This record gives sequence, structure tokens and C-alpha cells, in this order.
Amino acid sequence: MFYRLSGVYHTRYQAARALWPIAADRWQVILLLALALAAPLFLSPLYLGSYLLPWMIWSAAALSLTLLMGLAGQLHFGFAAVMAIGAYSAIHMTRAGLPFELALLGGGVSAALIGTAFGFAALRVKGLYLVMATLAMQYLVDWVIINVPAISGGAQATLRTPAVSFFGLPIAGLEARYYLALGWAVLLTVFFLNVRRTSFGRALIAIRDKDFAAAVIGVDPFRYKLLAFLTASFMGGVTGALLAFCYYRAVTPEQFSFNVSIQLVAMVLVGGLGTAIGSFLGAGFVLLLPIVLTNLVAALGSAGILDVSQNLMAHLPLIIYGAMIIGFLLFEPLGLAKIYDNIRKYFLVWPFRHSRS
Amino acid sequence: MWYFLELLANGALVGLMYSLAALGFVLIYKSAGVPNLAQGTLVMAGAYAVWFFISLGLPLWIAVLIGCVVLFVFGLLVERLLLRHMVGQPVIMVVMLTLGLEILLRGLVPGVLGAAPKPLSIGVGLSPVIIGDVFLNRAYLWGGVLALVLIGLSLAFFRTRLGTKMRAVSDDHVASWAVGLSVERAIGLSWGIAGIAAVGAGTLWGSVQGVDWTLSGLLFPAIAVVILGGLDSIPGVLVGGLLVGILGSVIPGYLDSMVGGSTREVVTSLIILLTILVRPYGIFGREDIERI
Repeated sequence: MFYRLSGVYHTRYQAARALWPIAADRWQVILLLALALAAPLFLSPLYLGSYLLPWMIWSAAALSLTLLMGLAGQLHFGFAAVMAIGAYSAIHMTRAGLPFELALLGGGVSAALIGTAFGFAALRVKGLYLVMATLAMQYLVDWVIINVPAISGGAQATLRTPAVSFFGLPIAGLEARYYLALGWAVLLTVFFLNVRRTSFGRALIAIRDKDFAAAVIGVDPFRYKLLAFLTASFMGGVTGALLAFCYYRAVTPEQFSFNVSIQLVAMVLVGGLGTAIGSFLGAGFVLLLPIVLTNLVAALGSAGILDVSQNLMAHLPLIIYGAMIIGFLLFEPLGLAKIYDNIRKYFLVWPFRHSRS
Repeated sequence: MWYFLELLANGALVGLMYSLAALGFVLIYKSAGVPNLAQGTLVMAGAYAVWFFISLGLPLWIAVLIGCVVLFVFGLLVERLLLRHMVGQPVIMVVMLTLGLEILLRGLVPGVLGAAPKPLSIGVGLSPVIIGDVFLNRAYLWGGVLALVLIGLSLAFFRTRLGTKMRAVSDDHVASWAVGLSVERAIGLSWGIAGIAAVGAGTLWGSVQGVDWTLSGLLFPAIAVVILGGLDSIPGVLVGGLLVGILGSVIPGYLDSMVGGSTREVVTSLIILLTILVRPYGIFGREDIERI
């Protein structure tokens, strides 16, 4: 089989630490990247704009959250609020005349600063209490955004994003917006894959596994918990800004409500905690499966096979979404990344049945 | 002064009704150590169940009884089919499982029984009760009194033989096993009783604000109640409920006109945040000691 460890000999440490030591994995990544780059050529604008583009941005958001929840082990149920801070800051900065590139960074920085405040709760409590604290902060941030007219533009207001250009390229057409989102998702993926190999990433993993024990061996939990919140909030803030500029092209507070936070956690968990591929698979699954299944039921209904009332149809995405979360937690708690890993390991030793790793 | 007293009294009554919604959360957390974030939707499901049986033409008390049976069985099933598999898993898995249940029920129950708000009358008039210059909402008054009675009943229940067993299980699973108590049965029972408490809360809240999916939003004040009172304390539910209700009524009563927005959610959020930062285990909660 083309896909195996046999014949891969590491003679240097660099080779052993490579991200993808197996040639087939490298080809797979290159192929996927080429497909993503060529997507505007073979996908219709409808699919590109309403499926692939949001998929990339939500994957980037899930990557940011999985850095915090998967690597550092800090549960966060208010990540949509962090993204909202990034989105609103970036919009107000571009409206004030700042260039878009700086506004993106500014959105990230302001999200990082306020998001680190979420982290101060993590210094005191963990687990369930951290969930509750971040949840309360989500409500606080929502309330501030809605009730301060200088931020939201007034009650029930929608702020449209101004026309911007990114390093001279106008971000107006669908292709430009798609490539910007794709670029950010790729950048975050590369960062995420590499951060696990740095001392920073290893410190985060030590904190996740046991913060007291990490403190004993000289990893300062105080510092690294805050750094984890800082990094993830920066990434989340920029992602939120991109979500506003590339996908919605307008912001309202409802786009970043508590339910969105839950959706992000669901993406991370359904995909698999702390894995890059899981963020992409999870985001795609949580976004697309309810839509696909609802369309399927609607098609069956119009074909006269199933009789589903209008009311039930309207609630079907919610039902499927909830059932999906429950199903994954019961039957595959390690998520889609584990399923992918199982398949990959099967082919690594094919035609034998077991691998030792 | 009268305005303050009115806010105080109505807030206290609403707080008692919050306590009832939060009671199930504490029961489950106490016995199983599971934070049940689906408690809000259980309340909603309870309200829907009572409304459904009334709409079949049954009188109120029979509808409530059947609703209790339905939710009791549902609680047992949830424990047996879902939460039993989560023993020993990290807390994020358990939290997400109950949230998944929350989302599923929030779609399923209104999806099947109808999403439009439905009235649920428990035969309490609309005219306020007037004591001095204080106007008390009659529905809140009845709700508060009933909530107090139900919480008192649940406290009394823990003095019975079965309740003593459940207290033993909540103290120490392994020790209870060793003396021959069925830990699984006690945990299942606590889910069932949480279902019954949800029917009580659902009936009262449904009569106040109508039966639709927004009842599941009670989760948020309920969380504030249990965080403030302590996650595993039933007296804590009572005190936490009163405090959350009073603060959530008095502070918005004076501030809302100034900032022009509903500050009740802010007060609730701040209660959660400050409690966690100052005294994470709440007023009456038992402090966990962590080992390395």
C-alpha cells in the first residue's frame, strides 16, 4: 500500500520531528491545499460563499478555541464574546480610518486584552466553575455591546462593514474574501501544529494535565494560563473580525450570542479536543450536518415519503445538532479526529490488522 | 420606601421560584456530581407536559401528577441511557452532554408540541395582593409560597429512610457501596426527583410567563442560585434563590431607568462572577480539597 511507515528512515533529529514524516500524509496535505486554492474555479459562488467560506472561518475559530481547551485545558464557554470584541473593534477602527491590516491586528489585540480578563477567573477556579465564570462573562460582554450605543450603533442596530482592501487588494468580491479567510485558516493551522512542538506548547500541555504538578517542575501556571488566554483570544479576535468582514459583512450582537459559544465548543468536541484536523472536521460537521439532514428530510417530505409538520421542520436543525453532540460524546468521545486517526492507522499497517502505536 | 419594599417582596417571591428551578440541579449535583445544565429545559418540558395533559381535558391536579410521573421516568431514563456512560469522564464531557440534551429538548419539545406561547392557568387571579402600599403579584405570591412548601418537602424527604440513603450516597460513593447501598439507584432516583421538581417549577413559571421555549432560559438564574448557595446544599438553594431574586429585582428597579436596559441579566452574571472569584464554593457549599 502507498501509505505506510515502512521505508521511512530518520537519520536526523529534524526528520524525526517533522510535522508529516510519512510521504502520503504530505501528499494529502498538498492535495487538500491545492483543492482549497482552486475551489473558486470549480465551485459555484453559492457553495463557495455559503459553505466553504464560513467553514474556513469557523475552522479558524475552532482552532483558536482548541488551543485553549485542548492544549491548555481551560474550559471556555464565552468564546463568541471574545470574537465579538474582535469584530466590533476592527469595524470601529476601519470606520475611524485605520487601514484594514492594522484594524485586524487591533481587533485581535483588544480581544486579547479583554479576553485575558476571562483568564483571571481561571487563576482561581477550574473545571465546572470556570465554565460558569466564562458563561457569565459572555452575558456581560453581550450586555455591554447591546447597551452601549457607541459600540453597537444603537439598540437593535446592524453595523455594515466598510469597503476595505488588504495590502492593496480590495476585499470586495467573493474570491478575495474567500482567499483571505483561507489564508487565515492556513496560518492558524501552521501555528497550531507548530506550537505543540515549542516549549510554550509543552508548558500548556503540562498545565492541562495537572497544574500543581506543572508548578512543581517549574512551569508557572499563573503565567501560562494567562498566556493561553491571551494567545487564544488574539486568534479568536482576528477570526471574529474576519467573520464580520468576509462572511456577514455586517455585525449585530446576535451573531455572537451565547448559542454561538456553545456551537464553538461543540465544534471543538465533535472534531476532537486539541487536534488541528479535528477543528476543520468539527466545524464542517457542526455547520453542515444539520443543514444537510434538514434538507434531506424536506426532500423526503415533499416526495411524500415522510410527513413532517412545518413546526417540527423549523426545529429539526436544533434537534439534529443536539443529538449529534450527545451521539459523539457517547460513542466517540475523542471526536472525528480519532475516527480519522483510526482509518489512517488501519492503512499504515495494511494488510495486517494492528499497529503498535 | 414603599417602592423598595415592593421590589424586595416581589423579588423574594420570584427568588423562591428560582430556587425551585434550581432545586433539581442541586439534587443531581449532590448525588452524582453531575452539573445538569439541562435543568432549564427540564423545567420547560415539565411545563409543556402539564399544558399537554390539561389540553387533553384533564383537571390541573391530575395533569400535574401525570406530568410528575412522565418527568420522573424521563429523569431515570436520562441517567440510565446517557449519564451512566459518562462516569469517570472529564467534566467538559459531562457538561457538554447535558448541554446537548438541553439543545435536543429545546428543539424536540416545542417542535412536537408547538412553539407558540401557550397559556397555563393555575386558577390564580390577575389582581395584585395589596398590603399597605405594597403591590404583590398574586401569581408570584402563590408561586413563592408553593416553592417554599416544595423545598421544605424535599428537605423533609432527606430525613426519611430513602433520603438518608441518598445523603449517604452523596457523601461517599465507595463507602455507600461497601455498606450495601445501591449508588446507581440513588443517582437515578435523584434524576427522577429533579424531574418532579422541574414539573413544579414548570407549572409555576408557565402560569407566570406562558409555556414556550423561553422557559429554558431559567437555567441562567438557576445557575446563579446554585453557585451562590453552594452547588451541593439544599438550604443554599433557598438562601441563594432569595438573594438572587431580591438583588435581581431591587437593583434593576433603580438602575433600569438610568441605563435604559434590562440590568437583571447583568446582576445575575455579576453574582455568578463575584461568587466564583470571592468564594467559589458558595455560601453553604462543601469545599473540595484537591490532591496532586
